[in-house]
Amino acid sequence: MIRIFRYLKKKEVAFILISLVFIVGQVWLDLKLPDYMKDITVLIQKKNTELADVLKPGFKMLGCAFGSLALSCIVGFFAAKVAAGFANRLRSKTFSSVQNFSMEEINKFSTASLITRSTNDITQIQMFIAMGLQVLIKAPILAVWAIMKILNKGWQWTAATGGAVGVLCLIILFILIFAVPKFKIVQNLTDNLNRVTRENLTGIRVVRAYNAENYQQNKFEDANQKLTATNLFVNRVMAIMMPGMSLIMSGLSLSIYWIGAYIINSASTMPDKGQRFADMVVFSSYAVQVVIAFMMMTMIFIIAPRAAVSAKRINEVLDTKCRIINGSKTQGLNGSEGCIEFRNVSFKYPDASDYTLSNISFTAKKGETVAFIGATGSGKTTLVNLIPRFYDVTEGDVLVDGVNVREYAKESLNDRIGYVSQKAVLFSGTVASNVAYGENGKNSYSENDVKKAVEIAQGTEFVEKMPDTFNASIAQGGNNVSGGQKQRIAIARAVCRKPEIYIFDDSFSALDYKTDKTLRAALKRETANTTSIIVAQRIGTIKNADKIIVLDDGKIAGSGTHSQLMKNCEIYREIALSQLSKEELEND
Amino acid sequence: MTNQETPQRHRKPPMGGPMGGRPGMGGEKPKEFKKTFGKLIKYCDKYIPIIVVALILSFAGTILSLIGPNKLSDITDIIAKGIMGNMKMNKIDRIGFFLAAIYGISFIFTYIQGFIMATVTQKISKRMRSDISEKINRVPLNYFNKTSYGDVLSRVTNDVDTIGQTLNQSVGMLVTAVTMFLGSLLMMFITNATMAVTAVITTILGFVLMMLIMSRSQKYFLSQQNELGKINGHIEEIYTGHNVVNVYNGTKKAQAEFEAINSRLYNSAWKSQFLSGLMMPIMGFIGNFGYVAVCVVGALLVINGKITFGVIVAFMIYIRLFTNPLSQIAQAATSLQSTAAAAERVFEFLGEDELSDESRKSASVSEVKGDVEFKNVKFGYTPEKIIINNFSAHAHAGQKVAIVGPTGAGKTTLVNLLMRFYELDGGNILIDGVSTTDMSRSSVHDLFCMVLQDTWLFEGTIKENIVYSKQNVSDEDVVKACKAVGIDHFIRTLPHGYDTILNDKANLSAGQKQLITIARAMIENAPLLILDEATSSVDTRTELQIQKAMDSLTVGRTSFVIAHRLSTIKNADLILVMKDGDIIESGNHIQLLEQNGFYAELYNSQFEKTA
Repeated sequence: MIRIFRYLKKKEVAFILISLVFIVGQVWLDLKLPDYMKDITVLIQKKNTELADVLKPGFKMLGCAFGSLALSCIVGFFAAKVAAGFANRLRSKTFSSVQNFSMEEINKFSTASLITRSTNDITQIQMFIAMGLQVLIKAPILAVWAIMKILNKGWQWTAATGGAVGVLCLIILFILIFAVPKFKIVQNLTDNLNRVTRENLTGIRVVRAYNAENYQQNKFEDANQKLTATNLFVNRVMAIMMPGMSLIMSGLSLSIYWIGAYIINSASTMPDKGQRFADMVVFSSYAVQVVIAFMMMTMIFIIAPRAAVSAKRINEVLDTKCRIINGSKTQGLNGSEGCIEFRNVSFKYPDASDYTLSNISFTAKKGETVAFIGATGSGKTTLVNLIPRFYDVTEGDVLVDGVNVREYAKESLNDRIGYVSQKAVLFSGTVASNVAYGENGKNSYSENDVKKAVEIAQGTEFVEKMPDTFNASIAQGGNNVSGGQKQRIAIARAVCRKPEIYIFDDSFSALDYKTDKTLRAALKRETANTTSIIVAQRIGTIKNADKIIVLDDGKIAGSGTHSQLMKNCEIYREIALSQLSKEELEND
Repeated sequence: MTNQETPQRHRKPPMGGPMGGRPGMGGEKPKEFKKTFGKLIKYCDKYIPIIVVALILSFAGTILSLIGPNKLSDITDIIAKGIMGNMKMNKIDRIGFFLAAIYGISFIFTYIQGFIMATVTQKISKRMRSDISEKINRVPLNYFNKTSYGDVLSRVTNDVDTIGQTLNQSVGMLVTAVTMFLGSLLMMFITNATMAVTAVITTILGFVLMMLIMSRSQKYFLSQQNELGKINGHIEEIYTGHNVVNVYNGTKKAQAEFEAINSRLYNSAWKSQFLSGLMMPIMGFIGNFGYVAVCVVGALLVINGKITFGVIVAFMIYIRLFTNPLSQIAQAATSLQSTAAAAERVFEFLGEDELSDESRKSASVSEVKGDVEFKNVKFGYTPEKIIINNFSAHAHAGQKVAIVGPTGAGKTTLVNLLMRFYELDGGNILIDGVSTTDMSRSSVHDLFCMVLQDTWLFEGTIKENIVYSKQNVSDEDVVKACKAVGIDHFIRTLPHGYDTILNDKANLSAGQKQLITIARAMIENAPLLILDEATSSVDTRTELQIQKAMDSLTVGRTSFVIAHRLSTIKNADLILVMKDGDIIESGNHIQLLEQNGFYAELYNSQFEKTA
């Protein structure tokens, strides 16, 4: 928790210190108020008090009230500035940290968790600081000071106040022990309920097909019952809070006056009695302040743990250093443009016991198409992920343009690559903004570049049917276009980059055979000098590749052209036969 | 497991600022406040009597606590008199015990009130959730074409939670606060009119000041909320697309855009934080200001001999009792607004059209042969847009019918009609000569086992997933089914075998998930079979395995198969080629190739050379 505050700026620390001074001033003014009240009380008791005599302390009281308001406005201003500014900086730091993470770190946290950390957790911290500066600092000061003021006025009263605070603490303790731990359980049960409902919704056709409505409903009722039971308990316990507080407040006032009667009665002289009476009136005011201070302090118990958890989660992100360290080279080796080489590459996921890839070696020369095929989990995607350095190899070297990928400055390596992922990623914006996404170290993309790229990706037809054609808006995640259209826009994005190397990670499977075929033909025609690395499921997609590498359990089980592999690779033949009949294969 | 695709509706981010519902900061506004509340009251009718009891208790509790200051004032006066002469201690004791009792009873009353309200609102919430959940299974599938899952989900949790919380707090609070406000006003005027006027005027002055600030702050709250939404959206988008952002060197641009929103957010955030932070000090000031006014005016009146000192003491408490409820009433009002807005959404969903009741339909097919006939079927998801015009086909018992065509051709629609997920706009579907519209939906469903493209598994053990809603399935049956689809060995290698819980952590490949759903269909063991695009997201070797599993599933069943891969359906008895919602060709593989039409083109395209 404390560690997160190292991100505070000097100016903000100064603001906080100034606020501290103002808070002390504010407490002083607040506590001064009853003192003047006491003066008035004494004045009234005297026989010949004039109007002016009463007005004097009266105006002083008014001054105190205004002064207190002014000071708290200033504190509020600083608090708001510090809280919002701090949240602003934390958010920005977290965001840029995450941006620099490699897949390894992203997977460690999971994307969903990183999103919560960058949004909700930071809002929590902001709230904590804003509130902390105003309430959490003020409460203890107020409590101690008010206690000091009343300490010597009579032990009986002090005891009564202590008793009230004691009861208050008991109530808080009761709630802390019984209700607060349940909050987390409630959250889990709510998630559970959500999950059951979501399952029902996503599987609605299955649910109905299997006549499983009652089965689902029973499951839901079970989750619902558990949630309600816990909620009932928590709410019933929490219901004691408000009546409890008001009982303490009114009970305290009553006991002070009641006790006061006895104290005054036991005083011997008249002036002494008058003095005690004034003390009593003032004491009741201070005592209320003490109790209020303690009530404010209880908020610490409620907010602080939550903020501490958030701070810890943010710290975890900020403390995580990206394992992939940038090199500085911007140029490849002369004469090896567009060349990819794997030299005895082995790869193991962090914490995994087995190698996902072992001893992979191959070379793709400029303009060549190298394809990877193999069962799910055979390591195809992992292999291509090593080229743009989503991960670093465990052993061996990956060379792009004759230079080890570790030696490149990240941007320079990326400039060479046009990558299309398995699941198309689109950003909210327009078709054009999605195609012309990012930078490639050259000039920005012209309108013609975009059109040409979409044309090659076989997207012109559907894009021109959209309301604003190339300026048609794309919703977050590309939810307003179909899967095949998404994939074509993503492919156009890679084409628009005019890279030396394409990486297509199973990017064609969302397309039907016909589009797949024409798209690849257009690519071949228009970007003949570009090296392509293709991961595919369909034999049809890769049949004409210059080199096909068959992966099996992370090892190369065979490599060569289609016809070579048909002859000498059992696994390849099996895959091919499952998709095409023997005659069709022989026809070629 | 299958939830990645579900659009998430963002929970409302917590507002900055110490006070939850502040006056002037209206939450979501309901469209028809009164009507919705009418519905809500009707929905809770069972609980109305007990709620009334709670409200009476809260009213009584408040009245009792209002007597306090008055009695305290009496004590003060007795003491003040006692200073001059003899203190009447027994009188003080009497009042003291009386007050202690009053406070005690008031505490019990308000707690019982809180207890009742907590119980009632939780029970209502529970019922609402159950009703929504049941409703999900009663609305036509069509409903989910226009509404996202996230939207329904958020009604089950967020909206019902909002109703539960706000109702719990606000109803009790409103009654207490109004009683307190009017009661203390009345008591003040009874005690002393001049002092009462002083208290009221100072409070009004304070509140005018507060309203001024709050009305100015509204726009900052709104823009803060807006920017917060935008920044969360941006973060989500960039994080999810992290790979692409990175490899396209989009990091700088993403950061720049982020900083732009972030600094706009900072601007509105600190302003709204500051203004909302002012609430507490201003409330404090109103309290102090009233306190000063009461003390000074009171002192003057005491000097003039108009009132006793006890009155001042009473007013010092009254002023607190009087100013607090004002902000509480405002708070309760905004809270009730959110209740109404949430309730409106819940009732909207509960009021959706349901599937027609068909408890009286009794037609059924006994000894199913599996003859399926489409007769002049006409259908559209919306009446204006008919997508299947006049479709007829006949599948004989035991045949394998394949449906092919490009995406969006209406293949899934046919399945939807077969299962009666949607009602026909014309024509008839007959199973063994009985129209499906004459059967109840559940008896239609009983005739089919179905395997869908997007494998649907839920969090639970593998066994539960396979058995699903089927009764009396022995463990041997499950193992037998798994052996038949060839996944038994894999399941046994898992740490807990058939009792392994499937959740996000379970590492099942798409193909393995598919095999489990096939095993589920096998357990279902219905006479007809639907395989909906079941094999497209799987690698070819696993596909071979699945193909084998499916083949064993189709034995002896009339089956309808939709697949992208033409090789898997070549042996079908009947191939229906669909395009733009119509069957444009039909026949078996050889016949269709001879026709040299759309099917032939589709089929040949996968073998042509690229170059």
